[in-house]
Amino acid sequence: MLDPQIIVAGVLNGLLAGGIYVLVAVGLTLIYGVLHIINFAHGSLLMLAMYAVFWLWRLVGVDPYIALPLVTAGAFVFGFVLYRLVIGRFSHGRDENILLITLGLSIVVDNIALLFFGGDTQTIDVPYAGRFVELGAAFLPLPKIISFAASLVLCVILGLYMAKSDTGKAIRAVAKERQGARLVGIDVDNIFAISYGIGIACLGAAACLLMPTFYVTPTSGHAFVLVAFTIVVLGGMGSFIGAAIGGFIIGITEALGGLFLGEQLGQIGISLIFILILLFKPTGLFGSKA
Amino acid sequence: MNKQIDKLVSRRGFVAGTTALAGSLGFPAILGAQPAPVKVGMIHPVTGFVAYNGQQSRLGGTMAVEDVNKAGGIKSMGGAKIEALLGDSQSKVEVGVAEVEKMNEQGVAAYIGCFQSPVGIAASQAAAKYNTPFLIDVGASDLIVNRGLKNVFRLKPGFGVCVDDGIAALGAINKAAGGVAKTAVIVHESGEFGTGTAKLLQGKLPSIGIEAKELIAHDNPTRNFDNIALRIRSMAPDIVMMSNYGNEYMLLARTLYQQKVNVAGFYSVLGGGFNYKFVKEMPDVSQYMMDVNHWFNPRSAKAQELKKRVEATGALFTFEVYLTYSNVMLLADALERAGSADKAKLTDALANSSFKAELMPYGPTKFVNGQNQGAKPAVMQSLKGDIEVIAPEEFASAKAVFPKPKL
Repeated sequence: MLDPQIIVAGVLNGLLAGGIYVLVAVGLTLIYGVLHIINFAHGSLLMLAMYAVFWLWRLVGVDPYIALPLVTAGAFVFGFVLYRLVIGRFSHGRDENILLITLGLSIVVDNIALLFFGGDTQTIDVPYAGRFVELGAAFLPLPKIISFAASLVLCVILGLYMAKSDTGKAIRAVAKERQGARLVGIDVDNIFAISYGIGIACLGAAACLLMPTFYVTPTSGHAFVLVAFTIVVLGGMGSFIGAAIGGFIIGITEALGGLFLGEQLGQIGISLIFILILLFKPTGLFGSKA
Repeated sequence: MNKQIDKLVSRRGFVAGTTALAGSLGFPAILGAQPAPVKVGMIHPVTGFVAYNGQQSRLGGTMAVEDVNKAGGIKSMGGAKIEALLGDSQSKVEVGVAEVEKMNEQGVAAYIGCFQSPVGIAASQAAAKYNTPFLIDVGASDLIVNRGLKNVFRLKPGFGVCVDDGIAALGAINKAAGGVAKTAVIVHESGEFGTGTAKLLQGKLPSIGIEAKELIAHDNPTRNFDNIALRIRSMAPDIVMMSNYGNEYMLLARTLYQQKVNVAGFYSVLGGGFNYKFVKEMPDVSQYMMDVNHWFNPRSAKAQELKKRVEATGALFTFEVYLTYSNVMLLADALERAGSADKAKLTDALANSSFKAELMPYGPTKFVNGQNQGAKPAVMQSLKGDIEVIAPEEFASAKAVFPKPKL
């Protein structure tokens, strides 16, 4: 029987891990909500952002957290341009084409990264990597606490932007009724590109928060994609709040599953949630019926 | 008569005839200098989740081929060059097997590969259908050489020998420290390599007075090792033992450090991430970690020279590099003695090989059921941002620090 203090420590660590999952999942759900496609290039673009953070640190000495505004903005521009020049242009207005294009993009991006960066594992060793906050039996690594807090702040900012700004309202309008939004004068194609850009910007921020505790290789982004898909399904496809809450639920489930069932069997919890949601509430916790 | 001669030997016929004569008698060296190259299939995971390891193997293999060819090729075959056919297993079993089939169509005389044990097992079995020799450069599972396949040869030690030698070294280190370690937890990747190694460790630890409290398996990739660190803390073992591939090894080591897991020592067997990069980039995390692994002979001038050449390219001198390099040299030696790329002759030459693996701290090569009996691992420790050999004693460059100071 596990010591209750260890269980509490596990839950706290799960919450911290959930903070990063939220950011990756929010980007995914935003793209789904507006474009109605699963972005198969999500993991690959997260990996590219992680390399951007790594090289900024390696070449210029920029701390990953200091790099956050720059990488997030850069990721937005990259996502916007990618949509305008590649995804939007070659999809010819058909959603299923977008799906295939993002799948193709994922393969191309992974292999370009392998060509230019090699398969070597790259890490960032920040001076505060070994610092932690002691909370009972829990040793909470400082970088993970920072990631968690930053992730929450970014989610709130994004939520406010979506609720209050004109662009945010336009995004929500396009997500709800594409044709109607076009009729009232919203540039739908531009909103698609902006939404895709914001989704990728979330990945840019996640990359900055991940790198002090994780590593990057050309395949490392994919480690977060399956869990992000599960969160999106759990929270409700396209639901912003759902992704945020789902991220924490999955983080804690993963932690407790790992503690009680072992690291391998512990992952069953995530798959179980995925299956149960699909069986009993396919719209997810906060999703609306199509 | 003259007319008859003219008719018999026309101008065109004379030119053709003398050219042929000159070709066969006057320039024999030119014809002899171009024997058909010996094709060798090198199958490594240069993409996928262990791409780095595969690329390192390919680097070592291609450098060795270059060296063999520069030195005049296979002399007993008229200076035949080795031609490397490079294959990518993509870190997947089925792709590794497909590469074997493809390269067989291209007429390879032998294969070298595959880094991952499952790929090596399946690929060498596919090569056995064609009786083509398969040299396992990296691949720890002993199942690779325990299937009775005559075409499989492994120069390096398998996990059985690594565990035996590693346990013996740990026993000696622990004894010298007054037997402070009595319990261990083993964290391993869930594939053939990690699971096999962990089970052997669990069985052998009691022989040195250490009890394995638990075996913890994890997938590849694993995002987060916090839970494992917490489980280890709750069990409070004296030693944490690890057998994982590079990324997970590094992430686990970092998490154990961040989660302040205080034990007498971290001792990995075939720890995939224990290399110069790890100890230099994370000196605090890696400090005092020990690893039983493949290591070059630090007293070999050839090994030191190759190390310099590899580092001059910007790459690290990791075990994949010198193991694949050594396997190409082993094959070149066998081709030299066989005097032919005939598969049966080459298999015989390999089976009877007494090749001197100059780069490695090995005894004389002797294959029994395809496994080199002279192969030995070394035990290393990370000390002050560098890697020191702590066992076997004849190659040791430092004394083990055990138990390690508390965090």
